[in-house]
Amino acid sequence: MLDKIGIAKRIAQEVQDGYYVNLGIGIPTLVANYVRDGIEVEFQSENGVLGMGPFPFEGEEDADLINAGKQTITTLPGASFFDSSLSFSMIRGQHVDLTILGAMEVSEEGDIANWKIPGKMVKGMGGAMDLVASAQNIIVAMMHTNKAGESKLLKKCSLPLTGVGCVKKIVTNLAVLEVTENGFKLLERAPGISVDEIKKATEGHLIVDGDIPEMVL
Amino acid sequence: MINKKVADVTEAMQGVKDDMTLMLGGFGLCGIPENAINNLVKLNVKGLTCISNNAGVDDFGLGLLLHKRQIKKMVSSYVGENDEFERQMLSGELDVELVPQGTLVERCRAAQSGFPAFFTPAGYGTEVAEGKEVREFNGKMYVLEKAFEADFAFIKAWKGDAAGNLIFKGTARNFNPSMCGAAKITVAEVEELVPVGSLDPNQIHIPGIFVQRIFQGKDYEKRIEQLTVRQRS
Repeated sequence: MLDKIGIAKRIAQEVQDGYYVNLGIGIPTLVANYVRDGIEVEFQSENGVLGMGPFPFEGEEDADLINAGKQTITTLPGASFFDSSLSFSMIRGQHVDLTILGAMEVSEEGDIANWKIPGKMVKGMGGAMDLVASAQNIIVAMMHTNKAGESKLLKKCSLPLTGVGCVKKIVTNLAVLEVTENGFKLLERAPGISVDEIKKATEGHLIVDGDIPEMVL
Repeated sequence: MINKKVADVTEAMQGVKDDMTLMLGGFGLCGIPENAINNLVKLNVKGLTCISNNAGVDDFGLGLLLHKRQIKKMVSSYVGENDEFERQMLSGELDVELVPQGTLVERCRAAQSGFPAFFTPAGYGTEVAEGKEVREFNGKMYVLEKAFEADFAFIKAWKGDAAGNLIFKGTARNFNPSMCGAAKITVAEVEELVPVGSLDPNQIHIPGIFVQRIFQGKDYEKRIEQLTVRQRS
């Protein structure tokens, strides 16, 4: 079974040379640490920066330089700043190659719910609805089951949706799955996890086609 | 040169009244119009509708207006960092319209640009699209969203001149440029009001035509919401 860092490491393998990437808050943020050497990637943050670098050294933080999680950041050579409108032109206009975000639920049709739990405080969708509605390449990073042990890969989402039919790939602590017309196609197993364990943890339709390889991290 | 300079924040806020709709720039606490917000607290205007990506924190930014119950309605994309906000929202004292971030900025930009409405894919198939016109273009579904109508826009820039020309710094730019000229009156506060002619026209982010009043801001706190640093190795 993978931990959060394991999920981030596996997703980092999906990042290709020349990609512009938008990372959501949580596990997705960790992906930046594991992108392989020798490729050029630029990270976009929807509050208006392309070419984000690591956190600043203590004492070098700048209140005018933050990411979408409101954390202080730095920029790398070649970075640029822009306003929110142009930022969402990059997103809506499909200029960003890869979007990685977390989710509370994903359906076998690629619907995603990650912004609202009825009866609980609603904090808002931020940029998530714009991202999922437009991105052509969305990878969801999440745990396979919730804290109560219930599957987060469902036939239909039970929570209010963030977007419909948009998720292409999911990396969980148990597996890598592709969302296809017929359901969740199992691509890889996490180290030490059997197909049966993945089946048990998946409520939506799971397609198991032949031998399923174990992830190589 | 058409002079937009006013003496101070007091003069800049002339005409702000109860029940108005205000746009306020900023993302989190980054690039918020601190002087204008502090003056709104002082003026004690009530019943405000505030269009702003976030609602500040409990003791800073728009949180100060919430604390005094000056805000009737917030139009935002994310409001998570504020206990007083949560209390007022759950008790029904405060009305909240949550808008996807890209739609929020585009509704400002539409008002700035003279578009009454636009189609966006954001929110299609979700509760955000309920009651709104949807239409298919090239096999994909879109939601019709309308331009905002606001009385005042309060903007924070890094540098500006008396002509109203503005330059922003870093990610403090965010919603500010799209709110310029998106309300009946745009008030810009700047960290540095520089002599006319000293800004390179090639480098200006917002031309003065979108700004009605500009003033030299003071006492900026520029609070950091999430200080994150790495260790020197």
